[in-house]
Amino acid sequence: MPTQENKSSATPQTTQQGQQGFVYLPLIAGWLVPGAGHFVLHKWVRGALLAASILGMFILGLAMQGKIYSSAHEVLDFLGLIGDLGNGLLYFLSRAIGLGGEPVQVTTADWGTRFIVVAGLLNVIAAVDAHNLRTGRKAS
Amino acid sequence: MIFRPSHFTAVLLFALFTSIVFGITQRETPRRMFRYGAYCFALFVLSAIVLSWVMYFIAR
Repeated sequence: MPTQENKSSATPQTTQQGQQGFVYLPLIAGWLVPGAGHFVLHKWVRGALLAASILGMFILGLAMQGKIYSSAHEVLDFLGLIGDLGNGLLYFLSRAIGLGGEPVQVTTADWGTRFIVVAGLLNVIAAVDAHNLRTGRKAS
Repeated sequence: MIFRPSHFTAVLLFALFTSIVFGITQRETPRRMFRYGAYCFALFVLSAIVLSWVMYFIAR
């Protein structure tokens, strides 16, 4: 019985909290800045862990002299560009500053390129998770 | 800053970051998040080791 009481008391609170503001704010914020979608929903620990993981992967990718895709002449380049775009502001900032190695000359640079692409894909997953929390599709 | 890890270190870092995100996004309670993250990490690392040995024997 106490379990049912807990469930019934938690559900309206979650729904009420989730119905405030623009529905797509956590999705857009989470895409632009890693972890921000969860911060908007006051999920501080989750947001911090997601931000640390995605930022760490992106920074390590750059430190490994990974390439940041700027144009798509082939199919694989296009897929890489899509993955990189998942990093949101990090991608545009890196492009603006001119970060990232251009031709892949060492093995670690190839790994770094994959790290950057996967960081973008993970950021999209995190942003969608924040959106699911916001809409109530994911309970907590 | 230039970072040049060994292949295995890169695998560990990749598995760590990816598992954290998978754990948080694919499960709902902190306990289940931790367990799923640890499960993903173990699978990433073990599969990398197994595939490495498979490729080692294929190359011979």
